[in-house]
This record gives sequence, structure tokens and C-alpha cells, in this order.
Amino acid sequence: MGATASQLGKDVLSEYQELTFLTKQEILLAHKRFTELQSRDSRGNLNPRVPTETILTLPELKSNPFRDRICRVFSTSESKDGLTFEDFLDLLSAFSDSATLEIKSHYAFRIFDFDDDGTLDENDLKKLVNCLTGETDDTRLTPDEMTQLIRNILEESDIDKDGTVNLSEFQHVISRSPDFVSSFKIVL
Amino acid sequence: MQLVSNLRRLPVGERVCTLKAMPLNLAQKIELRKLAGDVNSNLLIDRESPCYSILYVNIVRTWRLLLSGLAFLGSLRLWQTQLKLLGGRFGTPVLSYFLFLRTLLLFNILLLLVNGMFLVFPQALDPPAYNSSLHTYSGLHLLTGEGYVSHSVMFYGYYGNTLPGQSCGPAEPEPKVSSAHDIAYQSVCDGVGGPQMAPVAYNIPLSYFFTIVTGLFITCIILVCSISRSFGRSFRVFPSRGKLAETVFCCWDFKVTKKLSVQRQSENISIQLKEQLSEQMCCERGHSFVQRLRLQRVRLLAWAVCLASVFLSGCATYFLAEHMHPDQRLMANVEVDVLRESHLLVLPAVVSSINLLLPGLFHLISRVERYDSPLVATYVSIFRNLLLKVSVLGTLCYHWLWRIASEPESYSLQCWENFVGQELYRLILMDFFCTIINTFTGEFLWRLFSNGVLKRGRRPVFDISWHAVELIYGQTLTWLGVFFAPLLPVVQLIKLLLLFYIKKHSLILNCEGPRKPWRASHMTTVFMALLCFPSFLGAATCVTYTIWTPSSACGPFRNTTTPLEAQKLLWQMVDTSTNPKLFWFSHLVESPLFLFLAAGVFL
Repeated sequence: MGATASQLGKDVLSEYQELTFLTKQEILLAHKRFTELQSRDSRGNLNPRVPTETILTLPELKSNPFRDRICRVFSTSESKDGLTFEDFLDLLSAFSDSATLEIKSHYAFRIFDFDDDGTLDENDLKKLVNCLTGETDDTRLTPDEMTQLIRNILEESDIDKDGTVNLSEFQHVISRSPDFVSSFKIVL
Repeated sequence: MQLVSNLRRLPVGERVCTLKAMPLNLAQKIELRKLAGDVNSNLLIDRESPCYSILYVNIVRTWRLLLSGLAFLGSLRLWQTQLKLLGGRFGTPVLSYFLFLRTLLLFNILLLLVNGMFLVFPQALDPPAYNSSLHTYSGLHLLTGEGYVSHSVMFYGYYGNTLPGQSCGPAEPEPKVSSAHDIAYQSVCDGVGGPQMAPVAYNIPLSYFFTIVTGLFITCIILVCSISRSFGRSFRVFPSRGKLAETVFCCWDFKVTKKLSVQRQSENISIQLKEQLSEQMCCERGHSFVQRLRLQRVRLLAWAVCLASVFLSGCATYFLAEHMHPDQRLMANVEVDVLRESHLLVLPAVVSSINLLLPGLFHLISRVERYDSPLVATYVSIFRNLLLKVSVLGTLCYHWLWRIASEPESYSLQCWENFVGQELYRLILMDFFCTIINTFTGEFLWRLFSNGVLKRGRRPVFDISWHAVELIYGQTLTWLGVFFAPLLPVVQLIKLLLLFYIKKHSLILNCEGPRKPWRASHMTTVFMALLCFPSFLGAATCVTYTIWTPSSACGPFRNTTTPLEAQKLLWQMVDTSTNPKLFWFSHLVESPLFLFLAAGVFL
């Protein structure tokens, strides 16, 4: 195919460096990996937007239970399918070492919001807990436990008592945990 | 737009910072930047310093790398990955058992190092004369502690009472003496006269006394400090109320990429959530007054049965111990050595079978009692098991220290300390075999039986109360025996290492997690407290009593009144000796500062 990977221009590189939390090396590495994904794509020409299935072949995302949500949240296309290089950089930036708590909690909220309605309601929380506990029967919560868990979560985090958790309530809960910043990380 | 006008108002450097921190995608940020008037972004790099200067970023990165390196070193602690797997699959009670096992391992390593460096190694370099009649070899001796094992560095009787500058001379009869002068010039080369041997530069009796005492003292300090730390941590453990949302939102680690690790993480989170939920759900069941009255009567009856069985087992142990000895004199005439020596294994076998069977009875009784909270049921079970062990061990200690030590001749024993050391050695070994038997029958065979014959889908559940009290019992035996057999921590160490792997594989193969997971947040504290109060304190009391007991005709304090008296006399001698280095060293070892420094290092 003669993949002459388009080299990143210096000015583009510096722009990316300024507007994301990634260093130059990280951006160059991301570019290399992204070009590899592009060449793996079935279509001959290097499509600027790599479809989601190809993105999900990345080892860092392959086994993550939130992989589909992550790709949806960072995708800028109409159909929410596929990432461009800039979307990919956004993803890595939000999950990077130096990203601030606000950015991480913002994107975490969007990832956990399964129905994309801007709040975490009961169904979102159910799906979230099922993603966390995994697929096997041993680890899944029983319906009783699930109801009680959701009730407790809403009791603890829903300050305005509207039955859902909005972004500021979510960020309030996150700010209490010291582990969040270090666990919300993906490194290539 | 509002955003664009806000950006225009900021200085150029800050504009970039603000844009970076905005949760927008890159294309939007580039657009905003254009609108806000930064036409030539190239000039920016040359002119302005970015908000995170390169040096600052490098410093932060190096610091984070160092921290992650330290974290990696911390994770190199023994069995860290296996413990994570066990905790994730079986819950915090099982995890607390294995953490306790690891702590006991460290205690034994400490005792081993102290004893090995100051006691066993010097004595091993200067062995007493070889007497072929005493050295008989047999495989059974490894089990009973007789024969060649009893005449090795393992037991008390081997240790000589030579002093610095002393050499072996021709054999002399050993009259009973009580002055330091006479102790110093006593020879220990029994029987084999002949050429003078190399002078000894190490004071064995003094070091024996101080090594054992120092080892136990350091253990005491570490125990007390770890208990106070655990207590502090327990009080700081917040109730699970208020933590569930945090657990759900923040606990997933996105760095985990391998499929197996992701599965383990899911297991871990699931068990954490279930434990926290069950903590809130328990004790919500109400009983009627009649039901409660009936339950109380059942529980009183259960307690009566348990206490009666404990008392009976104590009596049985005492009678068996008493009556084994006259049989030994009869047995001395028996030709077959194997039969004579396996006779010695009867008492440990009976004690270990009591320890195996009675807790099974307790387990059945607790099923009848039907405690609401699994935590309360476990604590009750632990207490009962502990009572049983205390009664059996207390009876044995009384028998050894009061009866045998005061009149060893009536039991036809020349060296009662050796005998006690051997008894403890045999008890530890039997205890290990019984744990293996319990693992095999209680877990492996029960699983096969349950699945094959009864056709139930359920596997056995790990009985934490029995296992934890077994560990405490084994460690008490070690601490009791360290005065009589300085290498006993080695035996306990090997036993604990083997136990870890056997238990871990048996758990993964045969058992399942608790049906209703419950959080054992204070369990480690309880174990350490039990280790300190009945276990270590009892052992230390017995050792202190031994120091005050008259010594027999063997070991480093032979032919003196008591080890304590011997120490006082020897210490006076050391003060006036011409060896300044030894004098200095002894003073250093004795000073409390050294002991506290050593304890501080281990903490």
C-alpha cells in the first residue's frame, strides 16, 4: 500500500502540544499508532476517520468494559462512529497523566451516561454497575442488591433529590476520592 | 460568543491554558483560538513561555516516575499478586487470614535471624565432643526429635557452657557448684580426653540468655506497635455508608489492559460492593419475643456444651500426659526402637485430633444457634476455638513446668528442657499434619462428596475461625519452645510457607466464596490482639518462669541453680574480663537504645 504516513507538520505538532495535555513524544507515538490503525483498515486509501471496530483492536482498549462508550464520547462524527486523529488525541489527552480533575471528571461523566441525556439516571447506573462487575453469574449483583445499591448511590450523591445525578453532583463525589485521578488513565 | 470574548480578554499565555482545560474537542479549540485572534501560533512558542514550562513538566514527570518506582518496590512484597487474587475472589475474611499468615512468617524470620546470628552459628562452629552412642540415625527421629536430632543445635541440651579463653581438657567428674569461678572452669568435653582444643571466644551461656530474651522483647515491641496501629486504623475506617457512590464512580482502573486482570478487577469490585451492601442489610430482621427467648435458650445450651467439651479435653490431655511417662519406663525395655519412639507421638496425635474434631462440633452447634450476623458468628467461633486451645496448652504447660521441672527424676528424665523442647517440636509437626488432613478431607473430599454423592452445586466454605486460631496456636508453641529449642522458628517458618501454598491451591480448587459476603474490617486487628494477649503473653510468662526454675544437667546453664542466677554471676565475670571488645559489645547489646533502634528498623 505504500503507507507514506503523513508526517505531522511542526506547526500542527506544536498546536496539538499547546491545546492538549500530551507531550511531543506522546503525540508522535499516538500518530504512529493511529497510522498503523489506518493501514489496518480494509479500504485502500487512508481514511481520516478510523471506524470504531478498528480502534477497539488497540490492546489498551480491547478488554476495557467501557470501550464502546469511550469511542462514542470522543467521536465527532454525526453517527458517533469512528475517530479522527484529533479525536484520538482528545481521548489520550483526557486520559493522560497531566489532565486536570475537571477534565477527567467531565469525560468520566459522559462515559457513564449511557443514554447521553446529560444526567445519570437509574438505568445508566444499572448499566454502569453491570460493566464494573463483569459478565459472569458469580460476580453480577442480584436484582435486590442492585436496587439497594442504586438507592444508596442516589441517596449519597443526589443533592437536589431529582432522582438523577448531574455533572456537578458527580464531580462532588469524585472530588472526595483520592484515587480517581490515578485510575482514570490510559497510557499507550 | 461569550467564550471568545472571555478568551480575548486574557493574556495570550493564559488563553492557551484556559483552552487546554476546556472539555471541548480539538477542532473546536482550534476554531476558538482562531476567533480569539491568535493568528500565528508559531510565534507563540518563541515569544511566550507556555503555562507548564518544559523544565517544570520534566520535574513533575521525573517525580511521578520515582513515585511509581517506589510503588513498584512496595508491590514486590511477598505474595502480593496472590493475595490480591484471593481477596478478590473470596472476600476480606479470607484475605485477612492470609495477611495474618504473612505477618507470622515475618515474626519467625526475625526470631530466626536473631537466634541464628548470635546463638546457633557460634555454637555450630564449636560443637561439643562427638559421642557415637548418642548419635543414632533414623527417619522417625526427624518426627520425634529423638536420636541425632536431639543432639544437634536444635535443642537446649546441645549448647555448651564454655566461656572465653576456655579450652577442653581431660574429662572430670562434674560436681554440683554454685560459684562463678567453678562455672568458668567446668569442661564440657564429655568423656573424650586428649589434646587441647582451640579456645572458645564466645560466651555461649550469656548469649543464650540474652539472645532469647532480646528476640522475645523485640517481638513484643513489634506486636504492641502493630496492634496500636491497627486499632488506630480501625477507628478511622469509615462506615460503608457514604462510600458506595465513590466506589462505583472511582474504583475502575483504566490502566488495566489484560483480559485476566480485567476479570480479577471485576471480581474484586463485585465482592467489595456485595460486602458493603450486606453490612447495611444485616440485622434488619426482627424476631418475635417467643422466638428470641427460644433462641436464647438454645444459645445457652450450646455454650454449656462447648464449655463442658473444653473442660473434658483439658482433663483428657492432663491424664494422658501424666500417664505416658510411667509407660516410658516400661517402654525402655522394649527392643523395637520404632515402637518405643512412636509411643512418643501418641500425646501430640491425641492433642491434634482434639484440635481437629472438637471445632467440627463447635461448627455444627453454631449452625443450630443461627446467629444473624456472620461477623458475630465468626467471633463466637473464634472465642470457642481459642478456649479449647488455651485449656489444652495450659494443661500441658502446667504439666511440663510444674510437674516435670520440679522433679524430673520421677519421670526418669536427665534433661527435662530437652524433653519439653522435643514435645513442642512434635506438637508443631503433628499440628501441621492435622491441618493438611483437614484440608484434604474437609475441603477436597467434601467437595467431591458434595458434588458427586449429594449432587449439590455448592462447594465448602473456608472456616476462618478454625484456621486463624490454628495459626495463633502454632505461633504460641513456637514462642513457648524457643527457649528450649532455639531452631524451632525454622520449623514454624517452613510449616507456614508450605501452609500458604497448600491452602491457596486448596481454596482455589475446592472452595467458594461466602454466600453472603461480609466485611471483615477489624479482623486483622482482632487476630493481632489475640496473638498478643493470650498467646505471646502466655508464652513470655512461661519462659520467665523457666528462667527462675532450677536447671538440669544439660545445656548452657548446667550445674547451676537457675539460669537467672547463672547470668548474674557470668555478668559479673564479663565486667572484669580482659577482653574490651566483648565488654563493649555486651554493653551495647544490653542498652535499651540498641533494642529500640532494632525494633524501629523492623517496624
